[in-house]
Amino acid sequence: MRILVVEDDLEAQRYLVNGLKEAGHVVDDAADGETGLTLALSRPYDVAIIDRMLPKLDGLKVVADMREHSNTTPVLFLSALSEVDDRVKGLKAGGDDYLTKPYAFVELLARIDALMRRRSPQSVKTRLQVGDLELDLLTRTAQRAGAAIDLQPREFRLLEYLMRHASQVVTRTMLLESVWEYHFDPQTNVIDVHISRLRAKIDKGFDTALLHTVRGAGYMIRAARPAA
Amino acid sequence: MRAPSILRTQAYRIVLVYVAVFAVSVTALIAFTYWNTKRALDAQTDQIIAAEIAGLSEQYQQLGLRGLADVVISRSAHGGPGLYLLANRYKQPIVGNLDAWPGNGEKPNSFVDFDYQRRVENQLETREARGRVFALAGGFNLLVAQDVHERYLTERLFTTTLPWTVGLVLLLGLIGGALMSRNMLARLDQINRTSAEIIEGDLTRRVPVSDAHDEFDALAENLNAMLDRIERLMKGVREVTDSVAHDLRTPLNRLRNRLESVLRHIDPASNQAPEIEAAVAETDQLIATFNALLLIAEADAGVGRGKMAPIDLAPIAEDMAELYAPLAEEKGVGLKIDPAGATMIEGNRSLISQALANLVDNAIKYTPSGGRVTVTALETPQGVELRVADSGPGIPVEERQRVVERFVRLEASRNSPGTGLGLSLVAAVARLHDARLILEDNTPGLRAIIRFPRPAPRAR
Repeated sequence: MRILVVEDDLEAQRYLVNGLKEAGHVVDDAADGETGLTLALSRPYDVAIIDRMLPKLDGLKVVADMREHSNTTPVLFLSALSEVDDRVKGLKAGGDDYLTKPYAFVELLARIDALMRRRSPQSVKTRLQVGDLELDLLTRTAQRAGAAIDLQPREFRLLEYLMRHASQVVTRTMLLESVWEYHFDPQTNVIDVHISRLRAKIDKGFDTALLHTVRGAGYMIRAARPAA
Repeated sequence: MRAPSILRTQAYRIVLVYVAVFAVSVTALIAFTYWNTKRALDAQTDQIIAAEIAGLSEQYQQLGLRGLADVVISRSAHGGPGLYLLANRYKQPIVGNLDAWPGNGEKPNSFVDFDYQRRVENQLETREARGRVFALAGGFNLLVAQDVHERYLTERLFTTTLPWTVGLVLLLGLIGGALMSRNMLARLDQINRTSAEIIEGDLTRRVPVSDAHDEFDALAENLNAMLDRIERLMKGVREVTDSVAHDLRTPLNRLRNRLESVLRHIDPASNQAPEIEAAVAETDQLIATFNALLLIAEADAGVGRGKMAPIDLAPIAEDMAELYAPLAEEKGVGLKIDPAGATMIEGNRSLISQALANLVDNAIKYTPSGGRVTVTALETPQGVELRVADSGPGIPVEERQRVVERFVRLEASRNSPGTGLGLSLVAAVARLHDARLILEDNTPGLRAIIRFPRPAPRAR
């Protein structure tokens, strides 16, 4: 995937670029808003990672200009500015996601994955399937290997989100944001408890586990790979 | 602020008191003048009477009864204010210009006030007189008096005018006072309105200064100078938090990045991996504390104030209870949400949910297994409230003030995880919303209440 990184802190930029390249992406970088905007408008990117505070042209302005030129590349804002209001500002300016520094790299990767996936037209699906686990979005029912699984509404949404991002890392923050639609820092890891209850419902009693914990990052739902 | 009814204002009360004092003074002054004048006039009348009696008694001694009668007749014919009556021992009139002896003129040598009848322009009139009875040698009685009718009229004028005068003084005082206090109140109201707007979060507002250079202008100028200073300080705080946010987050970001990078490139089986993971966890804890502190500072600086929107507290309460339900269940604590009615407020959803999550988290953390936690959103006469009540050990009364301060943790909770910023954050969020964080006894346990002011009526 082609990713554009616009970040003026050179060390942070180097780290980002290296990390993304290691993860198998093609990365272009820019250290100021003007260069970033020129790049974004002249080449096709799958995702743009843009710092909020940039020399020459503010990150918000870069995205606003991109959107004015009908450029729909998904944008993830990176910012040292604290969350509550700046997040709203960033999203209003045309950003698709917002990550506050300091961030965990896995969180960034997970969000990039989610943003790229959003472009593919999978949202019209009415059935989601991972391995032998099936989710019917119309009847709001779940079954695994033909056996019905009884899910609470919130558990259903949790599973739906995980399955829509199957084989991707999904972080706790992303779950709280998308499933509960809240953005704050829960002191205790309440999300883990919800996941473990979900796991008990979908994996207990089956030979292969579908819901996996990704250490230091979050969770992932994925069909058991054939032994190879 | 609503313009207060003029009658209930302090300024008008001062005017009322002033007018009352003024009215009493005026009454006292007029009464004194009246009393003094009356005394002087009485003395004058008495002097005239005394002189006349002296003259008449001399006549009697020299000329006897006939001579006295002649003098009385001649004086009576004058038609002036002098009144005379010579009577026998039975007070039966002999001569004089009075028809009858006054009923109260019994005692010799004493002054009497009496009414008598007199023909004025063919009309019989009752008039007032003051005189003195004089017993003549030989059993005769002489009454010498002065017509004081004119004086009585003047006096009556005094007494009838007095209430009117006082009434008029009161009326004029009240009208003048109302005008004066209205002018004063208009200025005060301006100051109040400006202050209210500033409290609402608009620090750029200033109290208007007139050209009068009066005390109000001095007050306005002082307030404005104070506001300039506060605005400068707030701006300073903002700049400091912003640069702290930026300049501390950047190195924290690098630190975390490097640790992660090392972790990614290291063999997971190496014995250094857990060390680095622990370092990442420490960094995350540092970041969490830092974020909480920054959020408190921002809330106190009123950063989120401009972004308030009407929100319903009930679904937030339900969501937080639902979010924490599995945690409570795992711990064996009953978590219950009380049904709530309309609980709309102006607020910041994200901050309020964070605050409520902190309270619920605390409640579950400190409630022993088998206990219960209740989350409620409700409207009370005092305001719109979010309540989290638990059956845990509670917080001693003397500690309740202290636990809200930053980094304060009670001895009993030292060993459980946490930053000591949870309740400070709740309090800061409450302050930002003009709400109050109330910690009270749930007998047993703690009841934490965030009491928001009632939403203003639609017209805003």
